[in-house]
Amino acid sequence: MILEQISGFTHRGTALVMMLVMTASLIGGFSETNAQQVVPDSVTPAPLFTWDPNDPRLELGAGWMNAESAIRGLEQVSAIPRPDGFFNPATPDDGRFSNTDLAFQGQYLYQGNYNGFQIYDLDDPNTPMLALSVVCPGGQGDVSVYGDLVFMSAQETRGRLDCGIEGVADSISAERMRGVRIFDVSDLSNPMQVAAIQSCRGSHTHTLVVDPDDSENVYVYIQGTSSVRPTEELPGCSGGEPDEDPNTALFRIEVVRVPLDAPEDAEIVSMPRIFADAETGNIAGLWAGGDHGTGTQDTRRTHQCHDITVYPEIGLAAGACSGNGILLDISDVVNPRRIDEVLDPNFAYWHSATFNNGGTKVVFTDEWGGGGQARCRASDPPTWGANAIFTIEDGEMTLGGYYKLPVPQTETENCVAHNGSIIPVPGRDLMVQAWYQGGLSIMDFTDPENAFEVAFFDRGPLSAEALFTGGYWSTYWHNGRIYGAEISRGIDVFRLTPTEHLSQAEIDAAELIQIDQFNAQMQPLTIWPAVVPVARAYLDQLVRGNGILNDRVPDVGNILDRAERGTATTIQLAEVAAQLDQDATAIRAGTLGGDAERLSTLAELLRNLGD
Amino acid sequence: MSSKLFLPVYALVILVVTASCASTPSIPVGTTGTQIIQPGAPGEMAQAFDTAELEAIGGLSHSVADVRFMRGMIPHHGQALDMTALVPTRATTNEFRSMALRMQISQRDEIRLMERWLTEREEVIPPPNAHRMMMAGDMALMPGMLNAGQMEQLASATGQEFERLFLEFMIMHHEGALTMVQTLFNSSGAGQESLIFKFATDVDADQTIEIMRMRRMLEERR
Repeated sequence: MILEQISGFTHRGTALVMMLVMTASLIGGFSETNAQQVVPDSVTPAPLFTWDPNDPRLELGAGWMNAESAIRGLEQVSAIPRPDGFFNPATPDDGRFSNTDLAFQGQYLYQGNYNGFQIYDLDDPNTPMLALSVVCPGGQGDVSVYGDLVFMSAQETRGRLDCGIEGVADSISAERMRGVRIFDVSDLSNPMQVAAIQSCRGSHTHTLVVDPDDSENVYVYIQGTSSVRPTEELPGCSGGEPDEDPNTALFRIEVVRVPLDAPEDAEIVSMPRIFADAETGNIAGLWAGGDHGTGTQDTRRTHQCHDITVYPEIGLAAGACSGNGILLDISDVVNPRRIDEVLDPNFAYWHSATFNNGGTKVVFTDEWGGGGQARCRASDPPTWGANAIFTIEDGEMTLGGYYKLPVPQTETENCVAHNGSIIPVPGRDLMVQAWYQGGLSIMDFTDPENAFEVAFFDRGPLSAEALFTGGYWSTYWHNGRIYGAEISRGIDVFRLTPTEHLSQAEIDAAELIQIDQFNAQMQPLTIWPAVVPVARAYLDQLVRGNGILNDRVPDVGNILDRAERGTATTIQLAEVAAQLDQDATAIRAGTLGGDAERLSTLAELLRNLGD
Repeated sequence: MSSKLFLPVYALVILVVTASCASTPSIPVGTTGTQIIQPGAPGEMAQAFDTAELEAIGGLSHSVADVRFMRGMIPHHGQALDMTALVPTRATTNEFRSMALRMQISQRDEIRLMERWLTEREEVIPPPNAHRMMMAGDMALMPGMLNAGQMEQLASATGQEFERLFLEFMIMHHEGALTMVQTLFNSSGAGQESLIFKFATDVDADQTIEIMRMRRMLEERR
């Protein structure tokens, strides 16, 4: 999260007329004699999108731990407040104790915090039990985990090598720590800091990367976004413009190699210039900052990545890099190579990226307003502070469409697109996503041009009078549950419940995917087993989308019932599969309507059930 | 693959928490009884942490230099608002007006943030006319601020001459803000608190970009 930089004001396209009216009224409100007079907030511009007037998220009562809430397509199974030492009872808005990102390993959940991190035991996945609190300030405190190693980002000048809370008094100091900390948590009673990788801009976020051909090391990409520290503190650091200062710490990421048998020897092994212009070699080769013409958003300059999400199984990474979205070939982990970049006139700040499971789409988020501002009001454009969904074909990204929280939030709720992860429902692309005080929203982006909401949870504002920074930082799916990291309210746990948009079979198919480790910025590939719930999920999707002949539905249903009881023979399963294949062939030949791709997938599943 | 079924095991006990229920406390009740550990520097042992230590943070978290920075930046921003207020009637293009408007909105938001920061720390907020007192010579100007003569020169210019002067003065004004950020981070014990660290970092990032943008606009006008 970053603080507000430039309040984007102009609106695009159809909103242009509105913009001119607003501009005129605001300019009219300028007063030379009393320039500090504040333009009244009561100037309420017309809404820029429509929503369901009966949406239960409208007009929820405010409160810190007792706000009203609204829920659909989910049930909340627990709410765990922040532990002692990690909140200020006097106010929800104490930035020293904000909860940040989440990671999962074995039976443990790791919750990052500006003041350190916590480890929760997920022996009962519905009810995280606090196992350990670790004090080690430095902000943002985003965490990742690999085996017994916990990685944490530190960027602030108060961060100390020794995890002290007292800050660093001197402006140049060997005691200061800005970069990535590595802890060994194999002994929960003695979590050791084993390494502290110092970097010029510190670490705002970081990304774990595994090289499928290298089992001895794990790698970390450091994304630094704040000021460059002086060379007197960390030799080699300088923050000049590239034409005067070719070694500038801007316009790069750092790559750390961590030997798994000696993590204390972790070190920066490369500092790739991933924004360089391939032809001229200019390291500042991407977006220079500014707007894209009348009525467009003001987009930040590309001299940093806010976040990089790697997908090792497909050898790609998506970088959300301030002014651009980029695609990296990471087959050589130490030397990532940019293969594509996109711009968007609606984006203020490219913030994070999530691939679909197939690696054929990527969702980029725009953190317009930096996360601390209300950007989901009725008067905010639905394509600003939103997700942009791109398709990926042959390493090239093409814009499909946008998705934004489909219901307005109030002036006292900071709200914009933030972190999320894929829900492994086979045959669909679903993502559960945090929208700060906008709550969580599950988006179906199977069709990138028509993304829609499947489920949601939202609380009323922390305060009806003042904008306190709060809400969900991250909401991630892990082993059948959704875990929400709430900045000032703690951890919430949810399960999916069936609705018209999502069937019980689809939920069952998602819940059976169990993985040992999950870091949202290192996406895992999901391969669904050939089991009945997965087949039922496809059948439900075919019925919902009118993709299957009505006559076939009972046949498939019956054979799946029998497969469930263990009474379906291989031959019977193959017969039904053959019918579906026949239909798929006819659809592809244009003689029948329907969903050939899902029918073929279902047919294949039935055959595998018989094996 | 096996045809054996894999059925998810549903939890028997589901604790349903309704955030709006009347018995929910309005402030958090922390989880107690679990150890809090503070690791040491790399390679050193961790030690138990006493939450009472956290209370001491309050006094350490902001310094005289932080307060000086915030109290100086408010009039600094205040003068920027005086400057942008001149734009609507004097500039020649909507592009120019729109740039000034963006600037005005962000500086006004930041003034509110700084005032809130000072209030919450029980520090005195500078008077609304502090920047004019500085121009009148009653207080020292902050780095990059226009003196009274320059302000008068700007106010009496029109059209392209105004635009050129505005850009020159605002670049100087913004560069002064960058100097203030440098001074802050070069001061002992300053910029330690999360909020002021973020704010100063963002002032630095945003104004650097605005300076680059204004330099481009100035080139176009030469």
